[in-house]
Amino acid sequence: MQVKVKLFAGFRDGRFKERLLELEDGSSVRAVVKSLGINQEDVGVTMLNSRHCSLDSRLRDGDILAIFPVIGGG
Amino acid sequence: MKDRIFRVNMTNLETSIEEVPGHWAGLGGRALTSAIVAAEVDPLCHPLGPSNKLVFAPGLLSGTVAANSGRLSCGAKSPLTGTIKESNAGGTAAQMLARLGCKALVIEGRPVEDRWYSLHVTPGGVSISEETELVGQGNFAVVNAVHERLGEKHGVITIGPAGEMLLLAANISVKDPDGKLRSHGRGGLGAVMGSKRVKFIAIDPSDSQIPLADPDAFKAASRTFAKALLEHPVSQTLGEYGTDILINVVNEAGALPTRNFTKGQFEGHDAISGETMHELIKKRGGKVKHFCHRGCVIQCSQVYNDKEGKYLTSGFEYESIWAMGADCCVDDLDIIAEADHIMDDIGIDTIETSVAMGVAMEAGVLEFGDGPEALRILREEIARGTPLGRIIGNGAASVGRTFGVTRVPVVKNQAIPAYDPRAIKGIGITYATSTMGADHTAGYTIATNLLNSGGHVDPLSKEGQLELSRNLQIATAAVDSTGMCIFTAFAILDDESCLPALIDMINARYGTSLTADDVTALGKKVLKTEREFNLRAGFTPVHDRLPEFFSREAVPPHNVVWDFSGQEIDAFWDF
Repeated sequence: MQVKVKLFAGFRDGRFKERLLELEDGSSVRAVVKSLGINQEDVGVTMLNSRHCSLDSRLRDGDILAIFPVIGGG
Repeated sequence: MKDRIFRVNMTNLETSIEEVPGHWAGLGGRALTSAIVAAEVDPLCHPLGPSNKLVFAPGLLSGTVAANSGRLSCGAKSPLTGTIKESNAGGTAAQMLARLGCKALVIEGRPVEDRWYSLHVTPGGVSISEETELVGQGNFAVVNAVHERLGEKHGVITIGPAGEMLLLAANISVKDPDGKLRSHGRGGLGAVMGSKRVKFIAIDPSDSQIPLADPDAFKAASRTFAKALLEHPVSQTLGEYGTDILINVVNEAGALPTRNFTKGQFEGHDAISGETMHELIKKRGGKVKHFCHRGCVIQCSQVYNDKEGKYLTSGFEYESIWAMGADCCVDDLDIIAEADHIMDDIGIDTIETSVAMGVAMEAGVLEFGDGPEALRILREEIARGTPLGRIIGNGAASVGRTFGVTRVPVVKNQAIPAYDPRAIKGIGITYATSTMGADHTAGYTIATNLLNSGGHVDPLSKEGQLELSRNLQIATAAVDSTGMCIFTAFAILDDESCLPALIDMINARYGTSLTADDVTALGKKVLKTEREFNLRAGFTPVHDRLPEFFSREAVPPHNVVWDFSGQEIDAFWDF
C-alpha cells in the first residue's frame, strides 16, 4: 500500500518534506516513525488524514500521515 | 528600591508617588492592572474620556534574574471591546520600571488643551513635557528621537499615528533590546494613550537591584525554573522556528482560518510557514533566534531580512503571519513582513487590522490575495487617517458594519485570532468567555487540543473543552501576573519541577509562603474581578457568544460547525 508521509520542522533535516512511501499492509504509525530513524520521544503530534492519531494507529492505502516534533507557540 | 505606585494626572499635569496599599502589595502584572482599573475606573465611562485610566504594571518577578520574567501588563477599559483589558508585551520596559521601584504607572485624566506630551520616568518620579516634534511620527522615529535626546539605554513606550487618531485597533509599542518594537497589541489601548495625549514614555536606565527576601532560595529556584524551560522541547523548536511553526500544524488540523474564515486550510500554507521562514532567514543573513527581553531563554523572536539582506522586521509572529497571510490569502512572506513593519510603525494591532482587511476583502474593497493593495491601504489610507483608513483601523467589526458584511469574526468587537473555533472547540470557549473579547492567549487550549501539551483533548469533540478552557484561563491569569512569558506554560504543564520553582521564586522575592493553591486562587480572583467589571459595564451572558455564522456555516475540511449552546457556555463561570 501507499501512504503519503509529511514531515515538519527539524524532522525534515536529512529526510524529506513529503513523500509517498510503499508500506506493508497494516503498518503502524510507530513503524513508519522507526523506519525514518526518528526517535519516538521526539514525536509531539501525529495526524492521520488531518485527525490526531496514536503511534499504534494502523495505516491504510491512500492515507496521509503527518509527523511533527514537540512544538508550541501562540 | 521600595515598590511604589507612580501616578500621572494629565488633566492638571501633576504627578505623584504613593505607597502601595496593603491589598495590592501581593499583586503584579495583570492582577494589579485589573485590580486598579476595577477599583478606580467607572465601568460605564467612555474609554476615550477623562475617566478612563491607563495602567502599566511589571509582573511580580520582573526586574529579577528569573528567566522569561520581563513581561509588562497594560490595562484600561478597552475602547474596542468596552470590557476591561489587559494586554501583555515584552520589551525592556517591565524590567526597567521594576528596577525603578515602579510597581504600577497610572495615567489618568485628559488634557483640556489641544497639546501633546511625553512622560519621563526616573527614580524620583515622573515628569511631564510638552511634545511637538514627534507628533504624527511613527514609532521607529520616536525610538530614534529618544535615543538622541536621552541616550540609547532609555526604555521607550510609544504610540504611532494610529494611537494619535484614536483608532480602535491602535496598539502601544515597547522598545526591545535592539531598539525595535514589541506591542501591547490588542484592545485599542494605543487609543487610550492617545486620548491622554501622551505620545511616548521614556524610562531611565537604572543599576538598582531588585531586593530579595531570601537571595539563596531565589537563586536555587531560578536555576530549577530556567532548567525546566531550557530542557522542554517546545523551547527548542520555538527558538529555531519561531511561533510561525504553527502554520503547518494548524493547517494540517483543518483549523487555519482562511479567506475570512470560510475554509480551514490554506493552499499557500507552505510559503508562509515557520519552516520556510527559517530557511529564508538563514539564506538572507537574518537572525533565527532573538529575545524580546533580557533573560529570555526561549528566544522565539527573530530578525527577518528582505531579499537584499536588509532588515525588514523582527518579532514576526504566527498570528500576524496568519492574519495577513491565510486569512487574506496572501502567500508571500516578504509582503506580510513588510505589512508587519508598517503596522509596527503606525502602531496598530496586526491581528485586528489584518482580520479587518480580510472582512474588507469579502466586502470587495480589495481582492483576496492582493498583498500590494493591502500594503497601499496601510501606508496611504490607515497611516494618513483617510475615511477608509479609519474604517479599517477601527477593526473588523467596524468594517463589517460599514459594508454590510455578515461574516465578521469577532467576539465583543475584537477580532478572532488564528484558530478556527469550529475545528478546535476548546479555543471557541476561550474566545466566547474571555473577559477580554476574542483572545487566544487568555486560555490557550491549542496546547492540549492540538499540540498534546498537558495531555490531549480531541479538538473536534465538545467533551472536556469547558474545563480545559477554564483551567487554562485561571492559570493564565496567574501567570500573566508574575511577569512570566506565556510560553513558560508549556514547561509548567509538562514538567513537575517548573510550577513549584516559579512559586518558590515569588516567595523568595517577597518573603511570602504561597502555595500552588494560592496561585490558583489568585487566577480565579483576577478573572472574577475582570468579569465583575464587565457586568457593571453592561455585559451579560449573551455577549459570551460566537458570531452566528460559526453555527450556520460548516468549515472544511472537517465540515464542522460551532455547536455549543448558550447554556453550556454559561457554565464556564461556575467556579
